[in-house]
Amino acid sequence: MSEEEDDIILSELDDEELVQQMFDDLYDGLKEEIEEGVNILLERGWEPYRVLTEALVGGMTIVGKDFRDGILFVPEVLLAANAMKGGMAILKPLLAETGAPRVGKMVIGTVKGDIHDIGKNLVSMMMEGAGFEVVDLGINNPVESYLEALESEGPDILGMSALLTTTMPYMKVVIDTMVEQGIRDDYIVLVGGAPLNEEFGKAIGADAYCRDAAVAVETAKEFVGRKHNQGVTA
Amino acid sequence: MKQNEHLPSDATLTEEGLAPVAAPSGDAGRILLIACGALAREILALIRANGWDHMTLTCLPAKLHLHPDRITTAVEQTVRENEGRFERIFVVYADCGTGGLLKAKCDELGVEMVAGPHCYSFFEGNEAFAELDDEITAFYLTDFLVKQFDAFVWKPMGLDRHPELLEMVFGNYTKLVYQAQKEDPALYAKAQECAARLGLDFEYRFTGYGDLATTLAAQARKTASPG
Repeated sequence: MSEEEDDIILSELDDEELVQQMFDDLYDGLKEEIEEGVNILLERGWEPYRVLTEALVGGMTIVGKDFRDGILFVPEVLLAANAMKGGMAILKPLLAETGAPRVGKMVIGTVKGDIHDIGKNLVSMMMEGAGFEVVDLGINNPVESYLEALESEGPDILGMSALLTTTMPYMKVVIDTMVEQGIRDDYIVLVGGAPLNEEFGKAIGADAYCRDAAVAVETAKEFVGRKHNQGVTA
Repeated sequence: MKQNEHLPSDATLTEEGLAPVAAPSGDAGRILLIACGALAREILALIRANGWDHMTLTCLPAKLHLHPDRITTAVEQTVRENEGRFERIFVVYADCGTGGLLKAKCDELGVEMVAGPHCYSFFEGNEAFAELDDEITAFYLTDFLVKQFDAFVWKPMGLDRHPELLEMVFGNYTKLVYQAQKEDPALYAKAQECAARLGLDFEYRFTGYGDLATTLAAQARKTASPG
């Protein structure tokens, strides 16, 4: 069979086939193909939010599941994330114009002394994909950065990330400062990072420890849902 | 003990570890060291240099570091397998990304372990390492990690297959610090090459065995050699 015959022409696929193909392309980390797929769906009249949720988030959910199950490893997840990022770059300005539904808002950052951001970036992207507005503070954040962002951005959620055993205790410094200032209960605090675990999350006073980006999204949705319900019943 | 003479290759220490050399049953004063395969050469060098013949070494595969969540279980299993066979057991792991779980397990098992967050801290000396506030963008390699750079860094991060990931993975680092346990021009050159491959500045720092030597010496004193 010639190479030509092997090639899949994305524009010749119907919507359902194209989305399935985008799942495969995302899984394989094919950024250009994802960008092409996004543009095709938009040209066919799909709402940007539908492209995001059905094609990109749908595909990344499979990637996340296979990562958790040990089928995919970090490099493959990074490639998939990079491909999704390509699609997101096209959709983001359109989502802003079309007013996609907003589930909640999150401020997120890697803690002071820590420059690792792979996990945090994945969480940011998946949260955006799930309809959250995300303010990413980047790496090496002292408590002041978090507090300033909480005040200026007024998020529902504070997310903190750390990869090092030596930096993860800094999350407690941030939470303790929030307690001192009487603002701890104004926010949902989610923490994550390779050396963390559920016990640590509880011990430092976080609302939840999230073991990966998919769990972070589910946990965020659950807590925001609860918060909104409390607002209704109060 | 003849284990020094039969140390497997670094690749074997990475993949399989080092099987214990059983202590003669009934000997008093024997101590089992359960260590990371990445430390095998250094520990055996210390045992040899100090004549700690009452110490027996077994190593878990160094590659467990690629999945730190598996270290605690593997250490626990090895401790349990050897309970009652030695007067004491000492775990030659630092926290190593277990987030305190290894320490908690060692406490539960009644065995001690090395203090500190990881090997590049105790080689430097935990106190000195903790004071390096300006090194958060440093990526550390020890002798073993220089030798096993491809197995521990390049391949697991997919850089052999997808060099375009380099920026995503190492973009926030600025320099590679080679903490040398032994002076070795060949390793120095290889470490320089590793830094170049990662696009990082290079810094050489001779640490020797650091806190590993003092920690093992303290353990050796606690358990007197049967002579």
